[in-house]
Amino acid sequence: MKEVKTKTAVITGSEALIRSLISEGVDTLFGYPGGAIMPVFDSMYDYKDKMKHILVRHEQGAIHAAQGYARVSKKVGVALVTSGPGATNAITGITDAMMDSTPLVVISGQVNSTLLGTDAFQEADVIGVSQPVTKWAYQIRRPEDIAWAVSRAFYIASSGRPGPVILDIAKDAQMLSCEYQYDKTTSLRSYRPAPTPRLEQIEAAAELINQAKKPFALVGQGVILGNAEKELIAFLEKAQIPFGWTILGLSAVPSDHPLNRGMLGMHGNVGPNIKTNECDVLIAIGMRFDDRVTGDLNTYAKQAKVIHFDIDRAEIDKNVKTTVSVLGDVKRTLPLVTERLNENSHTDWVDEFKEYEKKEYDCIIKNELYSETGPIKMGEVVNKVSEATENKAICVTDVGQNQMMGTRYFKFTESRSVVTSGGLGTMGFALPAGIGAKYGAPDRTVCIFVGDGGLQMTIQELGTIMEYDIPVKIILLNNNYLGMVRQWQELFYKERYSETFMQNPDFIKIADAYGIEARKVVNREDLDNAIAEMFEYEGAYLLEVEVETKGMVYPMVPAGGSVSNIILGNGYSL
Amino acid sequence: MQEKTFYTVTVFSENTVGVLNQITTIFTRRQLNIESLSVSPSAISGIHKFTITAFADTEDAMRKLVKQIDKRVDVLKAYYNTDEDLVYQEIALYKIETAKLVATSNVEELLRKHNARILDVSDHSTVLQKTGHYEETQALFDELSESIGVLQFIRSGRVAITKSRVERLSDLLARRELADLQDILIDETK
Repeated sequence: MKEVKTKTAVITGSEALIRSLISEGVDTLFGYPGGAIMPVFDSMYDYKDKMKHILVRHEQGAIHAAQGYARVSKKVGVALVTSGPGATNAITGITDAMMDSTPLVVISGQVNSTLLGTDAFQEADVIGVSQPVTKWAYQIRRPEDIAWAVSRAFYIASSGRPGPVILDIAKDAQMLSCEYQYDKTTSLRSYRPAPTPRLEQIEAAAELINQAKKPFALVGQGVILGNAEKELIAFLEKAQIPFGWTILGLSAVPSDHPLNRGMLGMHGNVGPNIKTNECDVLIAIGMRFDDRVTGDLNTYAKQAKVIHFDIDRAEIDKNVKTTVSVLGDVKRTLPLVTERLNENSHTDWVDEFKEYEKKEYDCIIKNELYSETGPIKMGEVVNKVSEATENKAICVTDVGQNQMMGTRYFKFTESRSVVTSGGLGTMGFALPAGIGAKYGAPDRTVCIFVGDGGLQMTIQELGTIMEYDIPVKIILLNNNYLGMVRQWQELFYKERYSETFMQNPDFIKIADAYGIEARKVVNREDLDNAIAEMFEYEGAYLLEVEVETKGMVYPMVPAGGSVSNIILGNGYSL
Repeated sequence: MQEKTFYTVTVFSENTVGVLNQITTIFTRRQLNIESLSVSPSAISGIHKFTITAFADTEDAMRKLVKQIDKRVDVLKAYYNTDEDLVYQEIALYKIETAKLVATSNVEELLRKHNARILDVSDHSTVLQKTGHYEETQALFDELSESIGVLQFIRSGRVAITKSRVERLSDLLARRELADLQDILIDETK
């Protein structure tokens, strides 16, 4: 086992923390100070040249920023918050990271160890609260435990199926001195990050695929997390297997790949949903059969033999019963299967998807993207923004209609180009996550799609953008409604629009107050020009587009319905 | 209503603070009520063993529960078993009034029949101990309650051991070590 040793020194716990973070390669972190974390902020003052701290405006923002950073950079996102409310404010983001398998190390201050359990000022049972929503949660009460706990935290957060880790550090542990030596963790007795591939599973999977007449692959985020994009493409191309991707699998392969048949799920494309129930072998790769992908499990892919590639044993047979499971890191398992595959083509089968693609284009996409009259549509804006970046940008979305339009119509040329709250569906995610994404990929353009509801949930992060001059492009798709809830009210609640209309502020004035360049577009003829202006402008830019108030996201598989039973809207049917 | 099956879940974990909380929240989230619980150091140094019993509607629910427990970083391995696979035992203590016990004519018969022991006797009370399955410790409780009354009663959680030859955890650890060393395609049966 390789160990990286550093020399022993006597330093404070807080300095030990900073030096441990630097040893893990942390150069950027997001946080907010407070009483119980002050010693760490004080120590950080001496390491400004090595580590950049971004002061957010709310702890939820720190976590989402760290998530955005991690998702685009392959690195572990780090956030630093204080005890009590600082830590509880972080919980939403931590839960989001848990659902979406995002590697984070969150450090929270805690009251003095002598005060623990006394209901001290700003004391909260952070470990108790966070255990169900973290991969690992650990309280540090002695300075000498800091280095090893940080080392474990980074190892756990980033290995296997990644996830958030929280380290809760008592204030006296930050202030007292200890001998410091940093050893990187490379294994833990009780933890198996990636199961070793098993030969009989590999062979069984290859055999099933070789016999398949209508194979269909479902590509999830596991491919991206495993850095297995090339291995995936080799696998798909050798046997010419068409694939659909989950919302978090987006960008694992360039959008224009000929085998790409589009997005799965509730607002995914028609073809991949319908064909899920017609394929003979369904090959799930690093995805977890979320209910938004499967709809009703009793009518989901019942005709198919199911192969499930996953690193997480607990995902196998959790929602969909597999015929063959292939446990392990897809970076290793995919090539092992690929080398056993026969070269193949499934031209007729791939062509079957195309009739649905044409239908979807005619009934939905054409109208959403290329309407010449009427109010501006969300999809139209997303499509134009994507094209303006030559499909090279990072697409960050909030949650709701903007998210579905963003993920449906943005196009991708490289991996790690989508940052969205897939599992938890956290409104307010986009703005801070976009900030983090820009730090994680400073050379790339970051487009943040957000609705008027979601923007106001974390709007204070405009202050962070102002202070650090972070050149993100914010596209506010303003329909003056909580659009997705309104859509459900229209479809399933007899148009009783209970509390979904919003009286909004003047967003341009708000941007102006933060010194952020902004422009509002109401008319279609101004849209191209405004988008061009946004990208020509060097700094942060808020483009508010007034979109149709009662726009709908179609197609739609109603919640709990079969993926074969798709609403096309506008009077169309399959 | 569907008939529930009684399962014993065995968890081996590192001896770190908060593991019990991690395990119990996994039960809670799936609406599985813990019937009994016992925790102790295992035969392997530094590793603790939890024995938890619960009813579940389906084996599938239990399989998923155990996978989620197994996934926790501090957990080495989790298993579930039904009673057929296990040798298991509970212990119960009964406090009764000494005077009433003395007044009965059948103390010897009672102790023999239930294979119970007297642990402590004072002027006012006597403590009996009985080990056995739930039904057995309950039978003594019922009999005492009906005849002379029980002042206090306590029953432990279940302890259980599999009927197979060795503690399976050691096999597992050895197999993992081998796999790590050779990094080959292995066949883990569990």
